[in-house]
Amino acid sequence: MSSTVVSQTVSTVRETERSKPRFFRNPWRHPWFLEGFTWLYLIWSLAPIAIAVLFSFNKGKSQATYQGLTWRWYWGDKVNSIWYNPQLHSAMLETLKLSAYTTIIAVPIGVAFALGINRWRGFLPSSFNFIMILSFVVPELIFGVAMFFIFTQMPGLKDLGLGNVAEVLGLVTWNVSWPAIIVQGRLVTIGKQYEEASADLGCTQFQTMRRVMLPLLTPAIFASAILVFSGVIDDFVIVDLLSSNASNTPMSVIIYSTQHGGNGGPALNALATVMLVLSFLVAGLGFLGYRIMTRGQRIDGQQALTAITGTD
Amino acid sequence: MATQAPPGPPASNPPTPASPGTGAGGRPRGKQKPYQPNKWFWVLLAAPGMIWLVVLFVVPFYAMLAIGEGKLDRQTESPVAVYNPLTWSSANFTNVWRDLFGSGAFAGDIAWRTIWYVAVASLLSLVIAYPAAYFVARFAGRRKGIFLVLLIAPFWISYMMRMLAWIDLLQTNGYLNKVLSFVGLGSPNWLGGHSYTVILGLVYGYIPYLILVLYAGLDRIDPSLIEAGRDLGLGRAMTFLRVTLPLSRQPILTGMLITVLPMLGDYYTNTLLSGARDTSMIGNLIEGQLSTPSAGQGAILSLIVLLVLLIPMLYYVVQTNRASQAAS
Repeated sequence: MSSTVVSQTVSTVRETERSKPRFFRNPWRHPWFLEGFTWLYLIWSLAPIAIAVLFSFNKGKSQATYQGLTWRWYWGDKVNSIWYNPQLHSAMLETLKLSAYTTIIAVPIGVAFALGINRWRGFLPSSFNFIMILSFVVPELIFGVAMFFIFTQMPGLKDLGLGNVAEVLGLVTWNVSWPAIIVQGRLVTIGKQYEEASADLGCTQFQTMRRVMLPLLTPAIFASAILVFSGVIDDFVIVDLLSSNASNTPMSVIIYSTQHGGNGGPALNALATVMLVLSFLVAGLGFLGYRIMTRGQRIDGQQALTAITGTD
Repeated sequence: MATQAPPGPPASNPPTPASPGTGAGGRPRGKQKPYQPNKWFWVLLAAPGMIWLVVLFVVPFYAMLAIGEGKLDRQTESPVAVYNPLTWSSANFTNVWRDLFGSGAFAGDIAWRTIWYVAVASLLSLVIAYPAAYFVARFAGRRKGIFLVLLIAPFWISYMMRMLAWIDLLQTNGYLNKVLSFVGLGSPNWLGGHSYTVILGLVYGYIPYLILVLYAGLDRIDPSLIEAGRDLGLGRAMTFLRVTLPLSRQPILTGMLITVLPMLGDYYTNTLLSGARDTSMIGNLIEGQLSTPSAGQGAILSLIVLLVLLIPMLYYVVQTNRASQAAS
């Protein structure tokens, strides 16, 4: 841009600035409109949740009219509360079980995969990395349908059938990309210096892994474990397609099928609230744990927050 | 994220007695041999994940193809997979093609409706999410932490919980209608099978993922670039159009992908918020065929969706790879 153009622009800008009311002349004024919009968005996104939580304490059977506070739908009601209704009760346990198994299997596999793929150069590792990222973006329904077919049709896996094993295998495949992607991202920022230094000091490759790389990667591994665990709590499609009966149906599927079947009620809200509290607990633990693990590094709370959502 | 700080645990200490350190067994210090790790160590580390992905990601898609191109067992009324490509039958494919593009094609309508819903919902999400993410990333100042917590909160709330929340609000005697009839706007039956309810559900359901990607991208824009734009005489609007917007193209594209791809495979939003046939999406069609004799057609339909989405998915994979290489 030539200087005459710039000066012309500047003068036109000045003229338009002068014609504005005084408040608008401040070029660094606070964007009140944007702030108002953001608040409206936050209210729109969070108020419905708050109301749904409120209805889980509703005295009556309605999900639409509020009639006063009670613990009825948690444990007060001996038949329909989430503690006493066998289906709702087992759904809570099932969710926890699936989350634990998936995290325990997916995180080590994903971390080892990331370490191996990232340092081993060649066509084979890069094509596997490609497949791994593909598994991250493929629509969950399409993946779930493919999984459904192998557990109902494929010789060998067919005998396993749908149910707990199928759910865990499906969830691990769906979630293994979290640790793999997050750890690879961290490996790139760490660089190779630490590995080279420890090799120079006489460590074997295994010792370098165990004593240098793993401690450096701990926050990333932890963040990915948190993401996998909470991801499984909230997962719906895979467990919906791969569960076979009431004994292996987790909370999200129960909420879906009961509400869809027209049998909704505050007990469902109570179940959803349990899910919510569980997720927030995991997120809170994740945040605190991440802060503790990265203390001494220049990482503030905001970075820790984005790290445990995987958008770092 | 990059820091030089060594980790707290004793990892960075000098070699412990247990390791063959600088003694007789170790590599001589003086010899400057380049660091040459054994490749097979990496192979061994990657192997479990690779095997897992082959058996439980690649094979399932082949099985899907085999069922789609397979036959129907007339006795049991169930599809039979044919794993040998030489004996594949195209019966399912022909049926799906006729449903999609033939005369009186019901699946064609569903496909167009899906595209229409997803386009409207994702653009609406962007229009809502961008200003909010932009505000929090740039102007929240000291309150950024609290804004960020509120912005991220829905990300941790399960999709079903969020749908349930709207089901409660949108009932005919629900709170929304109470407010509406109080202002004299009547009480519409929101859950009676309307496209706008489904689109609202899609927007509400997927916006948290979009807003996170947008926030992360916008937060990374160097504020000095924006200040430079202002210093050189651009107004607010022009700075935004000529500096901020071009710089946020990448997060917008990634964010749109991350919302559009799952939206296209969504069936539950529609089932919960409408349930009507004339709002059903491609996901409903696929899911509805799963345990029926026409599962083979469901498989073909899934593969067609996959094929259509291959280009955006590949774009995402390439971008992710490029980003990680640029950082190294």
